[in-house]
Amino acid sequence: MINLVRNEMLKLLRKKRLYVIILIIAFLVPLFTYAQFKEIQDQREKLGNQDWRTTLQQEITDTQNRLSSSRIQDEWRKFLKIRLSQQQYYLENDIDPRAPGAPTFMRIFVENSIDLLLPLLVMVIVADLVSSESSGGTIKLLLTRPVKRWRILLSKYLAMLLSISFIVLSVAVLSYGISGVVFGYGGWNMPLLTGFTVSGEELLTENVHIVPQWQYILMEFGLVWYVCMIVGTLTFMLSVLLRSTAAVMGIMLASLIAGAILANMVSSWESAKYFFMVNLNLTNYVSGMATPIEGMSLGFSMSVLAVWGIAGFIIAFVTFSKRDIY
Amino acid sequence: MSQTPALEVENLTKKIKGKQIIKGVSFTLVPGEVFGFLGPNGAGKTTTIRMIVGLISPTSGTIKIGGKNVRTEFTEAMKHLGCIVENPELYPYLTGWENLVHFQKMDSSIPKTRLNEVIELVGLQNRIHDRVSTYSLGMRQRLGIAQALLGKPKVLILDEPTNGLDPAGIREMREFIRQLAREENLSVLVSSHLLSEIQLMCDRVAIISKGTVLRTDSVDNLLAEQERVIWRAEPIPLAKEILSMETEVTEGPDGTLITLYNEPLLPDWNEKLVKAGVKVKEMRTQLPSLEDLFLEVTGGESID
Repeated sequence: MINLVRNEMLKLLRKKRLYVIILIIAFLVPLFTYAQFKEIQDQREKLGNQDWRTTLQQEITDTQNRLSSSRIQDEWRKFLKIRLSQQQYYLENDIDPRAPGAPTFMRIFVENSIDLLLPLLVMVIVADLVSSESSGGTIKLLLTRPVKRWRILLSKYLAMLLSISFIVLSVAVLSYGISGVVFGYGGWNMPLLTGFTVSGEELLTENVHIVPQWQYILMEFGLVWYVCMIVGTLTFMLSVLLRSTAAVMGIMLASLIAGAILANMVSSWESAKYFFMVNLNLTNYVSGMATPIEGMSLGFSMSVLAVWGIAGFIIAFVTFSKRDIY
Repeated sequence: MSQTPALEVENLTKKIKGKQIIKGVSFTLVPGEVFGFLGPNGAGKTTTIRMIVGLISPTSGTIKIGGKNVRTEFTEAMKHLGCIVENPELYPYLTGWENLVHFQKMDSSIPKTRLNEVIELVGLQNRIHDRVSTYSLGMRQRLGIAQALLGKPKVLILDEPTNGLDPAGIREMREFIRQLAREENLSVLVSSHLLSEIQLMCDRVAIISKGTVLRTDSVDNLLAEQERVIWRAEPIPLAKEILSMETEVTEGPDGTLITLYNEPLLPDWNEKLVKAGVKVKEMRTQLPSLEDLFLEVTGGESID
């Protein structure tokens, strides 16, 4: 099995796809770094030459004032307390919450690329894993070896798993390394709020707690990896079913973009939440953004994705081991 | 021969979308023989070959390679098989060497030293570390054969091995295949649309048309059966009249008559002609080309 996976990795490397992806990331990260940098500068200008510490101090006083009011609900009070401790941490540790370090950039970068950019990069690798063998005719040589078909497909799947892990890792390393030049490399322990849940119109804050940024980022990268694996598995299935790599790319691209559009307009079409593509934005649950459709939660989205992924995996393996190759 | 057959195909059928493509094909290959597979396009040659190499599953029938059933003992059967199905499509972005290493790694029983053996065998030493995309068709063909020989197979299946080669290449390939069969005791199944190729290369042929094997026999036997006598005589109409009373006569080109070759009766026919005042100028036997034979057997379907 190791030999088979090695073969697949060799082919992947020789096709130079991974380099292209690294190049894309290495090109985009400085672009976004610059955009972020401009935004921070803009904010600073708006605030005038006031020191950020003064602003933060004002916010803290404001929060304290609200806490001392007797008319607020317990739940809200708890949230405000957490919020207060976060702000105090910033002040005590001399962290400017508006001038992020590289870890913050990393976090923002993956949050924004989880539903489109990363799935696209995954697609570039996975789309032709099997279909290129079919259209190039090399599948005939591959399947007339003394190796069972499912093993060959599994070796390809494992190669995909490795490449996806590699992509996610390079996103982490590149976004940290490159943006750090501008923002500095610190900020791993910055406290962040998580645990928001949305119920109807309301943002529930009862489970909100503080986690250090490194833990937050680890969580988000885990989710990003999960999403990439599901998108990869579905692309993999299409790659088995279709001979044409262009068709695989087309279908995946269409569904990913459809997902991005749907997420903005399906709030009233409830059953749309069972589509895999509206469930890709898993990091939104961590940061507490509103869900596109009511009744969606992290667990729900992950299960929907898992069902799609498992179905894709099974379809891919069954068709591949039964199919006649002409 | 009491040896176990290298390849045994029995009652093979294939139905695609309700249409019977292959209707009960059977044949066997003994070790060391070159077997030709001949048939017009759409006769089912490639489908049969793809079933043998396990790319298509047959609707019914059994295929045994070295005594191992392809369907139930796939990996064991495949260890005895080397093949090129249609064009030798290798990975163009890898070098020849990497391609071979790739296939060697897929079968743990092949030692790495085997790589140099097969490379030498097909004579690719000088270009083996170049990318396949820079290879000529002849070189790809040779790399394809190297790949097929990696596992020291008992059966080699070559679909159109001389396709796209120049005359020198065709000749080289033919000699190479014969040599493999002779020296390595390899059974080779060759399909080709070049009938003259098959005639020169193969010990036995199967003629396949519309999904059935019409004839299987040694090339010599098949040809002998269709041996003809060509008559040059004058006057032709009279000669034709007399001969057609005895046997079937067709008119050949340049005012000749063609009859079947029937050794014991031949002097009789001649005598009758002479008695009737026909001047027999020439009588010669002719072995038909496999092409004539083929047209005869398949009833004139186009070959290509």
